[in-house]
Amino acid sequence: MKAIIIDDEITARMIIKQVASNIPDLDILADFSNAIQAIKYLNKNSVDVIFLDIHMPDFTGFDFIESLKNPPKIVLTTSDSNFALEAFEYKFVVDYMVKPVEFNRFQKSIDKINTFVLVNEVPERVEQKAEPEDNSKTLYVNIDRRLVKIDIPSIYFIKAKGDYIKIKTETSNHVVHCPLKKIQEKLPNKNFLKVHRSYVINIDKIIDIEDNSVLIKQDVIPVSRVNKNELKRRLNLL
Amino acid sequence: MKLEKPNLLYLKTISKGDVSFENKIIDILNEEFQDEVNNYYFYLKSKDYNKVKIYVHRIKHKMSILGLEKSYKLTNVFENSIRNLNFKNQDYFENMLPIIVLFLKSIK
Repeated sequence: MKAIIIDDEITARMIIKQVASNIPDLDILADFSNAIQAIKYLNKNSVDVIFLDIHMPDFTGFDFIESLKNPPKIVLTTSDSNFALEAFEYKFVVDYMVKPVEFNRFQKSIDKINTFVLVNEVPERVEQKAEPEDNSKTLYVNIDRRLVKIDIPSIYFIKAKGDYIKIKTETSNHVVHCPLKKIQEKLPNKNFLKVHRSYVINIDKIIDIEDNSVLIKQDVIPVSRVNKNELKRRLNLL
Repeated sequence: MKLEKPNLLYLKTISKGDVSFENKIIDILNEEFQDEVNNYYFYLKSKDYNKVKIYVHRIKHKMSILGLEKSYKLTNVFENSIRNLNFKNQDYFENMLPIIVLFLKSIK
């Protein structure tokens, strides 16, 4: 199995090479401190797997994945576990290893690579919903057998948590037994967007957008890479 | 808050007795870590917080390599708080830096 490593830290690349040296069928052909160098290499060479750091300045691991026309299998390596959900939205991402990498965990990743079958090279897009017929500015939710009125424009965001959703508004928070999908259908598409599998946000409430997250009030909301372009499309960008 | 002591348990585990690897990685850790600390203070002074986050993130990774589990967690909070300019756990983080620098120099 031919592989390359992309990580901006020499220490991290050395550690992966050291751990990989114990895997008989794994051949680390090259390692790169940035994604641009790796793209140049991949234009001339083919590999079976890439060990890819997510956190790199200027051109992140996710940017790199999106730049590849025919990506090989990818194992993401990162010091953060926060990106795991987003990582697996790419079908050619086989595994997600939190650094520092250990032998047993690395071996498991190799086992996954060996059994992984690429299903689709293109990330799935979030299905677009039709505008709800009811454009009223209020929504009634059932909380403890009471129907509580919520002013839709006052909603900051809705977060899914198991079978419940948390609706955060300018004045209060409500926990409701309801799927995220159901409430999303009741909200105007113009203002509300599902930016992550667990979050629907009110676009009007965004304070700033950075990397793969948005700031709303004091909450940092993750934005899935697959939804980032749609979010940008909805914004009045200068 | 009590400060942690770095250790080489993780590096010894992955080296499997390869002394050449151990020496090389300690050299690189020394070099990278000192650069990261310098860059952290430089960008903190110039209030370039995106860059500050990058170096805090790198230092956090080094902490995990050096077995500093509590520091890793506290630095994770610090890293996430930079964006909101809260700088939570900044004091702890900055107090850990000279401890790590001295440790790395002592094992070189």
